[in-house]
Amino acid sequence: MPARTYEADVLIIGGGATGSGVMRDLALRGITCLLIDRKDLNAGASGGNHGLLHSGGRYATADAETAAECRREGDILKWLAPECIDDCGGLFVAVEGDDEEFAGAFPEHCRVAGIPCEPLTAAEAREREPDLPEAIMAAYAVPDATIDPFRIVLENVGHAQRLNDSAYLPHTEIEEFEISDGEIRKAVCRDRRSGERVEIRARQFVNASGAWAEKVARLAGCRDVSLLYSKGTLLISNTRVTNGVVNRLRLPDDGDILVPGGTVSLLGTSSVTVEDPDGIAPTIPEVDRILAEGAAMLPVLNETRFVRAFSGVRPLLKAAGSETDGRKANRGFALFDHEDQGLVNFATVAGGKFTTFRLMAEKMGDLIARRLGSAEPCRTAREPLPSGEALRWTEPGAAARDWFRRADPADMILCECEMVARSAVDTIIADAPGAEDHMSLKAIALRSRIGKGACQGAFCSMRVTSYLYDRGVYDSPDGLRLMRDFVKERYKGVRPVLWGAQMPQAELAEILHCGLAGMDLATDADGGDAK
Amino acid sequence: MKRGHRRIETQLAVIGTGIAGFAASIFALKRGLDVAQFGHSGAMAYTTGYLDLLGVHGQRIRQDPWAALDELRRDEPQHPMSKLSNPTIRTAFDGFTDALCDMGIGYTKAGEQNLSGLLPNGVAKPTLSVPKTMLPGIAAREAGARTLVLDFDGLQGFSAKAFEVNFAERWPALKSARLTFPDMENRQVFPEVLARSLENRATQEALAGLIRPLLNGAEYVGVPAILGMHAPDEIRARMEHAIGATLFEIPTIPPAVPGIRLRECFERAFPDMGVKLEPQLKVSNVEFGRSGATLFLHGPMEDLEIEASAVLLATGRFLSGGLKSDQHRLSEPLLDLPILQPDGRQEWFRHEYLDPRGHPINRLGIEVDSAFRPVMPDGDPVNERLFAAGAILAHQDWVRQRSGAGLAIATAYAATEAAAAMLA
Repeated sequence: MPARTYEADVLIIGGGATGSGVMRDLALRGITCLLIDRKDLNAGASGGNHGLLHSGGRYATADAETAAECRREGDILKWLAPECIDDCGGLFVAVEGDDEEFAGAFPEHCRVAGIPCEPLTAAEAREREPDLPEAIMAAYAVPDATIDPFRIVLENVGHAQRLNDSAYLPHTEIEEFEISDGEIRKAVCRDRRSGERVEIRARQFVNASGAWAEKVARLAGCRDVSLLYSKGTLLISNTRVTNGVVNRLRLPDDGDILVPGGTVSLLGTSSVTVEDPDGIAPTIPEVDRILAEGAAMLPVLNETRFVRAFSGVRPLLKAAGSETDGRKANRGFALFDHEDQGLVNFATVAGGKFTTFRLMAEKMGDLIARRLGSAEPCRTAREPLPSGEALRWTEPGAAARDWFRRADPADMILCECEMVARSAVDTIIADAPGAEDHMSLKAIALRSRIGKGACQGAFCSMRVTSYLYDRGVYDSPDGLRLMRDFVKERYKGVRPVLWGAQMPQAELAEILHCGLAGMDLATDADGGDAK
Repeated sequence: MKRGHRRIETQLAVIGTGIAGFAASIFALKRGLDVAQFGHSGAMAYTTGYLDLLGVHGQRIRQDPWAALDELRRDEPQHPMSKLSNPTIRTAFDGFTDALCDMGIGYTKAGEQNLSGLLPNGVAKPTLSVPKTMLPGIAAREAGARTLVLDFDGLQGFSAKAFEVNFAERWPALKSARLTFPDMENRQVFPEVLARSLENRATQEALAGLIRPLLNGAEYVGVPAILGMHAPDEIRARMEHAIGATLFEIPTIPPAVPGIRLRECFERAFPDMGVKLEPQLKVSNVEFGRSGATLFLHGPMEDLEIEASAVLLATGRFLSGGLKSDQHRLSEPLLDLPILQPDGRQEWFRHEYLDPRGHPINRLGIEVDSAFRPVMPDGDPVNERLFAAGAILAHQDWVRQRSGAGLAIATAYAATEAAAAMLA
């Protein structure tokens, strides 16, 4: 099989916030990029977080520099991408039994980092968040906000694609670099779906692969990137629990932050050091511990219905004293130019926070532009992010609002939990980043809320699959295999929160997926085997 | 307005309005028992309409369900159907399908072999008895006959194209097309609404008129299950005549017509047959006395008290409220019956969704003795007058084993027989 070949000024490896941010940064300087990901956008930590746009309050006590960076970057994003952000505000709350000294020092730490911090009485705090318990020891308001991590990454890629010939290739995994005379000549990749060999020539190669940055750097022979992998698990509720972000005012621990996300809330976050960033999934003990801790701060969480859990891996830079505890590791980022490793056209950016992705991209953009002889300055701190018809379906509640406004009786709802209509799927298939590629149920779900509601894909997986057959997007039994893959993957996040109100949902899902769609027998001769 | 209060006396009170509950009422009537039935569940709308007996055993699709039952008795002696002989199960199954035919919903009689029932995605499943409206599709596929399968604008989750594409390799003479259902342009349509509108002869003729020009030599025409709610066999025959090809139905995603048909058929026929049926009322409490039980129900206008000499519990699993769980334990909410279960939910579900062994939680439920009486952990009956049947029973996995109807019907039969013997 002959290899597919591509050429670009810059190859960027990793379709998360940083990689997509570098893509847009460079495209704004007139540089053409090719962005690849071995899965799809936000497959790593960029999609596996709580969507908090940090005020910096969380880091004020331990890391004033990161805290100040978060505050500055948060302000820039609130200004440039308001459509991706819910400026809901946040509270830091200490409850009975929490460390009084830690709580008392908080306002001063915030002042040093330049973070506005308003002390509240217990009554004032409960007025903002009525579900807080009676016994509040201390409460402060900070300018925390939330960000839709999927939408902003779609906007980064969408904008870059419109600026020049920059392009995005999903499911393309780097296998080796061909290096001669201190330069990478080309990247040899594999299309993970077709198995095709893909060769990419570029003048500069950017490693923005997050938790996989150490592995990718090693493929280029660089041994200077050293990461600590910290697994974090979060729970998603069926409805929004609080108005704003609620943080527990104590040393970071499991279950000490609740972040709203449109019509849902996210409770987290655990921190467990793992050996390998691949193959992680939330576990039942993690979920139970996060919930028990969270309920100490917000007792209503004991009655809350959770529909899913998920895990991400924080790629943390290794530093002295951080070998065993990810919470003590530096949350800052680092840029590696790899020149001392004997390469002049390779660079890695690693560590950092979602909130600071733009700054990370700027630093990388400056390095790459300089190497390419471009004098164009970074424009991402001033240029607003343009939205687009195909990019606005990831926000919980957005599809429902749109559908009611359109009031088109022929525009059927495909996903009833999240009210995603055919028209939304149509625009995603037509225009969303990655649409040049073959769209699947999973790819559409990533670019919308499909499968993310209470039924977790029981009905919508079948409805959307039918629709994709109707549209000719699927034209073989492969469509059924992709549906199976989708529900199998959703299940990994569903399993740890299966109790109470989710049990009937799980039973119904199995009746549909096995009884009606025969997924469990699909490899049997009579079960519609899809290879 | 003052709340009403009503007292009903009956020999057997059946709690639950799924297949097991309805089957129990039918068998109790046949035994000459005075029977009343209660429940509140829409779960019937989730069935395909196929009546499975045992389609999968040893993680393999089985052609011969009777031989598979013999193996089940050997491999899973605790399985509720393992307590019954093949002749008993066949008597129960035939009794149920005969009753359905008598009530106006034609079903095929259980044969020696499973049939390959067609499913909406273009796959098939092993099942034993099918609605007569669905039988020709099975024959068409086996013969590879020239067949046209249709779907409708605005009908979700049923794609004739998907059906065609997925059967294409072994059924190349299958073609698909899309129609706009008469008077249902530019809107979402639901199978139940289409079925009710097809009760009207003018709609039947209009639809047949739309189908005829598309035939192009097709001997068979497949449509989603929408051929009327009350007399599907008559509607099928009439439309077949008008179209000039053999017509068949294919199950749809729920809420689906075949199950609604069954529920409405029971609700229509039962009062005349002498069953006191309250299909919209949930039993809120049961108290056992020395000579029977008192059931308490609270309707929107009145309170009901049922004095029953025996109680048959057929409340199903989580979907219909027969079982509940919190973060750590399963429970049976109506009578707090004991459930043998592991500590904590770690063992409930396997790590892989489609693990062919099935999820252990599906095999948790109510333990019964050989007379289908729920038992205490020591093996003694909870009460001499309490019986249980259907999916609430432990040691079965009806979804994976393709045995939902068989389990419901066979255990309802056995539990009713035991109740009748106790009452005699």
